[in-house]
Amino acid sequence: MISISHVSKSFGTGPGRTLALDDVSLEVGRGEIFGVVGQSGAGKSTLIRTVNLLERPDAGTITVDGRVVTSLADRDLRIARQGIGMVFQHFNLLSSRTVRGNVELALEVIGVDGKERRSRAGEILELVGLSSKADAYPAQLSGGQKQRVGIARSLAGRPSVLLSDEATSALDPETTRSILELLKTINRELDLTVLLITHEMDVVKTICDSAALIEGGRIAEQGRLVELISTPGSRLARDLFPLGDVPAGTTGTVIDITFSGGSADRPVIAQLARDHAIDVSILGATIETIAGNQAGRTRLELPGTPTTNAAAIADLRAQGLLVELVGDAA
Amino acid sequence: MNDTSDPKFWSDLVDVLILGTGQTLYMVSIALLVTIIVGLPLGILLVGTERGGLFASPFGSRTAGRVINRVLDFIVNLGRSIPFIILMIAVIPFTRLVVGTFIGSTAAIVPLSLVAIPFFARMVEIALKEVDPGLTEAANSLGATRWQIVRKVLVPEALPSMLLGLATTVTSIINFSAMVGTVAGGGLGDVAFRYGYQRYSTIHIVAVIIIIFIIVQSLAAIATHFAKKYARTSSDSGRIKAVESLELKAATESR
Repeated sequence: MISISHVSKSFGTGPGRTLALDDVSLEVGRGEIFGVVGQSGAGKSTLIRTVNLLERPDAGTITVDGRVVTSLADRDLRIARQGIGMVFQHFNLLSSRTVRGNVELALEVIGVDGKERRSRAGEILELVGLSSKADAYPAQLSGGQKQRVGIARSLAGRPSVLLSDEATSALDPETTRSILELLKTINRELDLTVLLITHEMDVVKTICDSAALIEGGRIAEQGRLVELISTPGSRLARDLFPLGDVPAGTTGTVIDITFSGGSADRPVIAQLARDHAIDVSILGATIETIAGNQAGRTRLELPGTPTTNAAAIADLRAQGLLVELVGDAA
Repeated sequence: MNDTSDPKFWSDLVDVLILGTGQTLYMVSIALLVTIIVGLPLGILLVGTERGGLFASPFGSRTAGRVINRVLDFIVNLGRSIPFIILMIAVIPFTRLVVGTFIGSTAAIVPLSLVAIPFFARMVEIALKEVDPGLTEAANSLGATRWQIVRKVLVPEALPSMLLGLATTVTSIINFSAMVGTVAGGGLGDVAFRYGYQRYSTIHIVAVIIIIFIIVQSLAAIATHFAKKYARTSSDSGRIKAVESLELKAATESR
């Protein structure tokens, strides 16, 4: 649905020139929620802004819904943008217009006439749960309500793609959750492809099907979450299940086991202790629902060296579990 | 001649004041209209042709944008720096060309507009620069044209601030309109000059001051009323309060 291919973008000239995007390629499937995570300054904001050409890349091509947006002339680009909704971190609502007026702006732009404008704006406000605030001005709304207006505005033109530029970063955790739920709902009900950028792993965990990690303008890793969590050494997976550092003074073999899909509800640890007659200690564990599946990661300490535990580890791997050695032994 | 016991003195006074007030209001209102019609687009162009602005590259050429920006900026600065009395004399050939004469209230509208346009254009420029660039970006993301962005985003969002600028502009037009009395432009300035200065009539001067004060205050009050009406953000309201308290001062300061 969105295909970003070998895109580069730099800012400034001469010695002050910085490369914000360095040969970035990404593939976002139809109907998917795709999250790009990275630190501030990693280039994620530039990346999402190249998709609707608010930022024109220096090189590379971007295709949205079969249309190569990077080669469109001004007029066609405007039409293409009408099919690409965008939500902003600071909402960017017109303070001079009411909630309804803000939504209608999107419809005025595409030339929908007065009567239909009103009814369509009403429908969308209903969808985002803001019908009662239609005549309020943005200054009278809370952050979460403002973002709902932002989402409603972005949906008014019936886009096939939604870009979310840190949509929840200015919101408190509770509001964040409700906004993410709303994004999930519209993704499902309107069959909308969502590309979002965030610095919060929680956002990825809660709603994304796929994710990419961006660092210094380069994509370090990308893929479907269900696959990433069973990829050895995946940094996204490690960030999804933060287990912290290995406590000092552990003497045995420390391993991280990742459970996903069917293995999550099997008594793996009890079986391990029984079959290999070892005293397993649990150092840490976390269970998350990722992309709709239960998945978890457990850190275990097994007495002895990795060599003496080789049989036990091989046995775990034979069950389809991802086992990684941690600490000195790794 | 200044015999206040003569009933004719009072009826003359009233006649003179009514005529002068009418001429002042006529000059000021037409000049204001011209100022808005020319100054608003000029202010929009001043901001738009800046680097990264909406009209940064007219006809696809950044050089053209830069040239337009420099030229407009120069004209505005020039207009702002010339003392009004000199400007008024300097533009006489132009006034003649436009109105056919350089004497009278209609002719006075030309220099009044010329002095107010650059002033108001700067006010518009400042007001537009205060609009969050994120709003232009949002409109762009919706696929809006540049014209739509100007009309539906920039101007409405900058409106409270522009109305405050208009209040200040009106005050300065009234101020300058008094000066055109010296070149036979008529108006209350003319009344003050002919009766107050040449005939030592204190009553005329006091009356003129009172009328001008009322005109300035009521026009400024109207502008701030609308500014307040359209203000939707706390920063707008703060600015209006500040302007309200400065209004009396501003009326005298721009002199």
